[in-house]
Amino acid sequence: MSSQALSQNQEVFELNLGPQHPATHGVLRVKLVMDGEYVVDAEPVLGYIHRMHELMGENRTWAQYLPNMGRLDYLSALSYNLGYVELVEKMMGIEVPERAEYIRVLTTELNRISSHLLWFGAFVLDLGGFTPLLYAFDDREQILDLLESVTGSRLTYCYYRFGGLYNDVDDDFLTGCTQFLKRLRSRMPMYHDLVTGNVILRQRLVDVGPISAEMCRRYGATGPVLRGSGVNYDVRKNEPYSIYPELDFDVPVYNECDSMARYMVRMDEIEQSMRIIEQCIAQMPQGDIMAPKVPKMIKPEVGDYYHAVEAARGTFGIRTVSDGKNQAYRMKLRAPTFCNLSLFQEASKGMLLADALAFMGSLDLVIPEIDR
Amino acid sequence: MAGYFKSILTGTKSLVTGLKITQAEFFRKPITLQYPHEVLVMTPRYRGHIQLVKNPETGTHQCISCGLCQKGCPSGCITVRGEKREGVKGKVLVQYDLDFTTCSLCGQCIENCKPGAIEFSLEYNLASTRKEDFHYDLLARLEEQK
Repeated sequence: MSSQALSQNQEVFELNLGPQHPATHGVLRVKLVMDGEYVVDAEPVLGYIHRMHELMGENRTWAQYLPNMGRLDYLSALSYNLGYVELVEKMMGIEVPERAEYIRVLTTELNRISSHLLWFGAFVLDLGGFTPLLYAFDDREQILDLLESVTGSRLTYCYYRFGGLYNDVDDDFLTGCTQFLKRLRSRMPMYHDLVTGNVILRQRLVDVGPISAEMCRRYGATGPVLRGSGVNYDVRKNEPYSIYPELDFDVPVYNECDSMARYMVRMDEIEQSMRIIEQCIAQMPQGDIMAPKVPKMIKPEVGDYYHAVEAARGTFGIRTVSDGKNQAYRMKLRAPTFCNLSLFQEASKGMLLADALAFMGSLDLVIPEIDR
Repeated sequence: MAGYFKSILTGTKSLVTGLKITQAEFFRKPITLQYPHEVLVMTPRYRGHIQLVKNPETGTHQCISCGLCQKGCPSGCITVRGEKREGVKGKVLVQYDLDFTTCSLCGQCIENCKPGAIEFSLEYNLASTRKEDFHYDLLARLEEQK
């Protein structure tokens, strides 16, 4: 065994965490080398749910690849839908009607809130608090009902189309959104009282799992992990897409670099997403939801294309190479949690096992997206 | 020593705040649906497995066996077969099979269908231990509806 014990006259032992462990939220396996309660080394072992999504992109047509986007990160599937359709629209030069853009942003942000709420519940559950999970699921269920009434599915959405949307939203949906925002606004102080201010949670999170901005840069960590390390980077602001430049919202950034900072970034992001949704409802124009001329057969010009969006967990980028055929020559998916997980090995060294699990929870991992 | 008492005080305060919130929830009505005793009605846009649309005028389907649904399906879960019959214009549908085990409910088939012959059903009570139970003969299902 190559790893050395932290203290003298001590032996290290290997501990297998996962692939089926409630704290890893999926089939992630971590090979831990332990010195008593302290982590000496933690090596993530991936691939238990590898489904060759990238290869699938290379042997089916552009339109046929759409449903795959709902199955990478199944908790914020609409961001992935958005990234892919925008990439194809960029390649083909398709202009999307304004109404469709507003609906896309609205539904994506709803999905972001639902994803953060699930993370919130599951994270507190990791730390031993069961009750907040049930409250968060109560709110999340409202979002899923709203999205189901529009998209037809509850989790693995396939709602956006090249040049627009699958179907339009109605007034009931918009009223439902307004009511839901009102409800969530009234519930947020409760979450902060119950969880954020809780003394046990603070002791478990404050100054635990420090990740410096420099480490984030080395591993390519993005999203709330990066913003919790004091770096103000959000694709929606830095490389704006869709109608985000027209909307007024802030990017929450915390400089503490600990698990609590990452927690606070996500809680603040829920508030910001609510602001975005409100603006979308207020400004949404009437009109078409599909571009008038969308080619039946998508055959992009030969070239190398990249498009990135801000998913709930960080930057989701797609790089694709087209050889002019109706299928991609190469499809590369840049998944945010894969990069966020990769810093776990270095950052968890010397941590107590319980702290390492709290730290892992603060990274917000979704395993199907890591394995792809 | 002062820190010890301070932590007891903050701990108690935090505990009381938490208990207050959970206590308020105690008096709320349960939000859980008692499935299967209570059953939800799906929204009209719900995506269940596909089914053939029954034309109320003719009492049968509107499929022209063009096979565009089969061609557009990313998972290859649709099998359509039509045959030429004397005296009938176009093809007559003789087989429409759906392998629901591989369907991802994307709706490409429905979007490709020009005559609007297929739609999503609202069925969701679909548990089984046998794979064959999800091989649907949609034509036979339509006949059963009659």
